[in-house]
Amino acid sequence: MAEKPTKMAIIVHSGTLDKLYPVFMLASTGGSMDMDVHLFFTFWGLNAVKKGGLESAKLPGVMSLGTGMMKGKIKSVGVPSLPELLEMTRMTENVTIYACSTTMAMMDVPKEQLIPEVDEIVGAASFLAIAMGADIQLFI
Amino acid sequence: MSEVEIDLELDCRGLFCPMPIVQLKKATKNMKPGQVLRLVATDPGSKRDVPAWAEKTGNMILGSSEEGREFTYIIRVS
Repeated sequence: MAEKPTKMAIIVHSGTLDKLYPVFMLASTGGSMDMDVHLFFTFWGLNAVKKGGLESAKLPGVMSLGTGMMKGKIKSVGVPSLPELLEMTRMTENVTIYACSTTMAMMDVPKEQLIPEVDEIVGAASFLAIAMGADIQLFI
Repeated sequence: MSEVEIDLELDCRGLFCPMPIVQLKKATKNMKPGQVLRLVATDPGSKRDVPAWAEKTGNMILGSSEEGREFTYIIRVS
């Protein structure tokens, strides 16, 4: 095993189902591979870490009408739901979740409305300091 | 491959990415170094995913086989 764990930093800008799936699939897998994973939820992404946000995430635009069908298909093939994937990221103990403080102010989201899995509320500087040393940086 | 004593069986048949990898992490968290796990999966992605996981986490694949749609991996936990 490498002395220093591989680090992955993801800016989660989108709050739709199709974008949140890859975020949580990569995060749960990275955590399971003993990678040091950091997720920064900003703009529409912040909705995902609001209480009930993952449960109510929909497909984007007019496709949102097909959300129920998509979720049904996801379930029928045995792929976990977003809340289940979040739970898996916690199990790995390698995934840190950040909420963007500016987005919280812009969208009137007090700390109490966030899910308890949010580890820290930070700004861009904190996230850049983390991403600077990351081997993988993604914007989703 | 059959001579190795298996400490834990992990059945991931019917599960897709990322589940087999997440289940591997969950299972190996509670195993002791040197213990051996047998994973059976049907996800064709596991053929590359499981070796990638093992290399990254420092666990060793002692053997693997493919029979029909099932993939079996014997892994020694480090």
